Amino acid sequence: MAEEMRIVLRNYGKIDPLNIDEYIAAGGYKALEKAKGMNQIDLIEEVKKSNLRGRGGAGFNCGQKWFFANQANADQKYVVCNADEGEPGTYKDRLIMQGDPQSVLEGMAVCAYAIGANKGFIYCRGEYPYVVDILNQAIDQAKAKGVLGDFDIEVRMGAGAYVCGEETALIESIEGHRGEPRFKPPFPGVEGLWGKPTIINNVETFANIPVIVEKGADWYASIGAPSYPGTKVLTLTGDINNKTFFEVPTSTTIKEVVYELGGGVAGGKKFKAVQIGGTSGGFIPESLLDTTISFDAMSAIGATLGSGAVFVMDETRDMVDVVSKITKFFEHESCGKCAPCREGTARMNELVGKIKGGQGSSADITLLKKLGGVMSIACLCGLGQAAPAPVLTTLGHFAADYEDKLV
Amino acid sequence: MINVTIDGIKTSVPEGSTILKAAESIGVKIPTLCNHPDQAVKGNCRVCVCEVEGSRLLSAACVMPVWEGMAVKTRTPKVVEARKTILELILSNHPQDCLNCIRNQNCELQTLAEEYFIRDNPFSQKTRGMAKDYSTPALFRDPDKCILCRRCVEACSVVQSVNALGLDQRGHHAMVVPTMGWDLIDSPCVMCGQCIHACPVGAIGEVEEIDRLLAAIADPDTVVVTQIAPAVRVAIGEEVGLATGDMPMDVFAAGLRQIGFDYVLHTNFTADLTILEEGNELLKRLQEGGTLPMFTSCSPGWINFCETFYPDLLDNLSTCKSPQQMFGALAKTYWAEKSNIDPAKIYSVSIMPCTAKKYECSRPEMNDSGFRDVDLVLTTREIGRLFRMSGIDFDKLAGSHFDSWMGAYTGAAVIFGASGGVMEAALRTVYEVVTGQTLENVNFEVTRGIQGIKEAEVDLNGTVVKVAIANGLSNARQLMDEVRAGTSPYHFIEIMACPGGCIGGGGQPITKSNAKRVERINQIYVEDEACEIRKSHENPEVKAIYEEFLHEPLGHQSHHLLHTHYTAKNKKVL
Ligand SMILES: Cc1cc2nc3c(=O)[nH]c(=O)nc-3n(C[C@H](O)[C@H](O)[C@H](O)COP(=O)(O)O)c2cc1C
Ligand code: SF4
Ligand code: SF4
Ligand code: SF4
Ligand code: SF4
Ligand code: FES
Repeated sequence: MAEEMRIVLRNYGKIDPLNIDEYIAAGGYKALEKAKGMNQIDLIEEVKKSNLRGRGGAGFNCGQKWFFANQANADQKYVVCNADEGEPGTYKDRLIMQGDPQSVLEGMAVCAYAIGANKGFIYCRGEYPYVVDILNQAIDQAKAKGVLGDFDIEVRMGAGAYVCGEETALIESIEGHRGEPRFKPPFPGVEGLWGKPTIINNVETFANIPVIVEKGADWYASIGAPSYPGTKVLTLTGDINNKTFFEVPTSTTIKEVVYELGGGVAGGKKFKAVQIGGTSGGFIPESLLDTTISFDAMSAIGATLGSGAVFVMDETRDMVDVVSKITKFFEHESCGKCAPCREGTARMNELVGKIKGGQGSSADITLLKKLGGVMSIACLCGLGQAAPAPVLTTLGHFAADYEDKLV
Repeated sequence: MINVTIDGIKTSVPEGSTILKAAESIGVKIPTLCNHPDQAVKGNCRVCVCEVEGSRLLSAACVMPVWEGMAVKTRTPKVVEARKTILELILSNHPQDCLNCIRNQNCELQTLAEEYFIRDNPFSQKTRGMAKDYSTPALFRDPDKCILCRRCVEACSVVQSVNALGLDQRGHHAMVVPTMGWDLIDSPCVMCGQCIHACPVGAIGEVEEIDRLLAAIADPDTVVVTQIAPAVRVAIGEEVGLATGDMPMDVFAAGLRQIGFDYVLHTNFTADLTILEEGNELLKRLQEGGTLPMFTSCSPGWINFCETFYPDLLDNLSTCKSPQQMFGALAKTYWAEKSNIDPAKIYSVSIMPCTAKKYECSRPEMNDSGFRDVDLVLTTREIGRLFRMSGIDFDKLAGSHFDSWMGAYTGAAVIFGASGGVMEAALRTVYEVVTGQTLENVNFEVTRGIQGIKEAEVDLNGTVVKVAIANGLSNARQLMDEVRAGTSPYHFIEIMACPGGCIGGGGQPITKSNAKRVERINQIYVEDEACEIRKSHENPEVKAIYEEFLHEPLGHQSHHLLHTHYTAKNKKVL
């Protein structure tokens, strides 16, 4: 029986998020104190050893990333919390920031100490103005208490574009430029905000940090799937009974998420597909539901864990119809910098629309596959690289939905 | 050094090299579109993608640095499919207009379409359907042909610091647009034409006016007179299959007669004349406490820049017209009289390396001859087209002389074509005028070369004159900011709007790299060395015009015909 395990949501609903004293009473800021008692490299080693991997989608080893920034020689370094949360159907970062903002600040402060930064930014989704208020209050309280030391945190409101969640586009946006990804390398850890070494982590990643520091790497590494340990906050949407959120160990299977935690498909209908990780996530058919939600297991089936959004579709859903909304989304969200995504997302939407409208031929299917294949390896950033996944996975697993509509 | 393997070939390259550079060094050519040898890497077109061992994603060769042990494959089926698909995508949103295009046969996209044998594009044709912009007299924009490589944006913002071009909209709707308005004329554009050189395709070009020339030639009542700017000769050969510098001046003149020009004269004549006027103006300012530093005024892109961005410094500009406009004013007065031709019948055409000259000749104040002083400006590229159209075989063409009265020139005029040349020419004359001694070595090496800012000091009979030279407007901006701040140590500053000077002008044969500009600069000094007379004041026709017509530099006639004034542009700028 799948069970919830709350690490990042440890205080959710238990404390008053707008009262730092309650956070402290619940053990808050002990980890920061402990971290500051450690040598920076030892601290980073500990985080590395915990094998905490980024919860923003790319799954990079957190400690490893911090190490690069620690090693970089610079007069100024930055810590940035990625709270852009632009994925439709995803709201886990909002939950964390609303329910326990201090845990994010504490995680950032640990990072700041580890890499030697004294300035931090939280880049918060533009549609979350109330969260910005909460964060600002939390920062004020932390400052008043003096718990952050000389580490200063500023909240920046997102520009409203999906791609601004991509770390280099986020940097451009904070710098006041057009929100467009930069080429990597150099990675932000070496050259980020204003050219300075910058650590960018997701809200959920930061919220894990205090617990890891407090309870130790070994403890954390033993939870969930060994290659991607810890928990993941999932938000369930679509044709499912329990449209809510859960935090589960990463060894949980998709089946457990859908049927046990999610309570199964709504209205007694039959399951057709689940898309995990947000708009760019691959579509998963029933036959693959025994996969665990860990990063690598998902990759192995051509899917992603991504942000942890779980979108369930019942038997009445037409995959071409669902996918056509996604291709439209990406056509709209492409920043337009690189040719294969700028032109490709539009063509992909055009081709899917053509098929949906009963005008498509098998040549269009072939072209879609070629286009998707090229985009996924040739686009400049993750948006264009991931955009074809829903098309390619549905073409693979639900070919009949397409073929039925061909002329 | 870093060891890498490219297509099975082992090599070692300096740390920090990109895959593109590393491949180049062993003769492996990787296609590019957004890459520009003198600009920051862009990585946006993605046609340069390659396979890197161990990576699922393809890597853009122009941006990806090599690492120790990296193994790259540049021509696998996967790579070819990706590049071809990307080209198909770009072309599906691009007018299939090569036959009507100003860049036909000189287009990076067209070349790639050929190399990758694009035949039946599987994507449907869909272009943005945007109107062409003919709002300026110098350049047009054809935004439908833009492939969004952003090279023009960098040329305009980084090289020229004008910021007339920017990006608007996102995704599929993204486009390069003039800043501060919809049309280029609304932007602070100075019409330098550097964006044309930067553009890999036909999305920006010069306003072509060849038909107006042909109409004038066809009219038996019209006397078509031409002047050739100093920088044109070194580059015109490139337009007709010759090497840079490989067109002798007399053969060039003969070619122009073949096209149908009635009289072939030379802007070099007025370049020499400029030195007399401007040199004396400088001396006067030095002696009488006039506004200093004095700025040269022969580059119309620079004049536009000064009027747009530094309207408070217009008094520093020399009042001398550019050689083109001095020529225009004299052709329909002095020359017409000497040649006994009715000035009303003269159609004055100048052949220029410059797009801004097209605008300059249309300035309302440029009619001191009683007519429009210069009727038409054609760029080096347009003359190249005319030569090709006329089917002239320059190897077999016998040379011809320039016509009298305004056709003689010195080496000092020749070097006007390169950055530092006006300064060097001025120093050759000013030195002799002030010291009364003969200048034995006329070569002022410090003024030469493509570097953005050069400076020198010259001792004129005990008075040390400090001079500076800038090419490229972002370099000019540095000097101007000093002048504005009151910290400029100079007496005389030469500015040319284009990198390398006029040889890199917006109307020259499409020049993708500064390396080509350097080649042209070198040829300019070869030509200078070959001139018998190398000081402007020794030009016999210049002496003659002062004796017979102008009487003295800065005199009454000069004031009327050869000098001008400037007006603040009052444009909105970024
Ligand atoms: C199109 C796109 C959108 C993204 N949006 C977000 C986002 O909203 N929040 C986020 O944390 N990471 C997002 N990312 C991932 C970030 O680029 C980056 O990998 C992440 O913030 C790193 O933090 P982590 O290592 O803690 O996951 C996005 C990536 C792409 C390509
Ligand atoms: S892949 Fe798309 S979103 Fe990313 S840089 Fe290219 S155009 Fe922009
Ligand atoms: S820009 Fe190039 S590819 Fe496009 S129409 Fe002109 S020549 Fe052809
Ligand atoms: S002509 Fe010069 S100023 Fe005008 S847009 Fe082009 S580069 Fe900019
Ligand atoms: S106008 Fe030319 S140089 Fe500018 S972005 Fe478009 S294609 Fe590139
Ligand atoms: S040339 Fe490399 S991405 Fe354009």
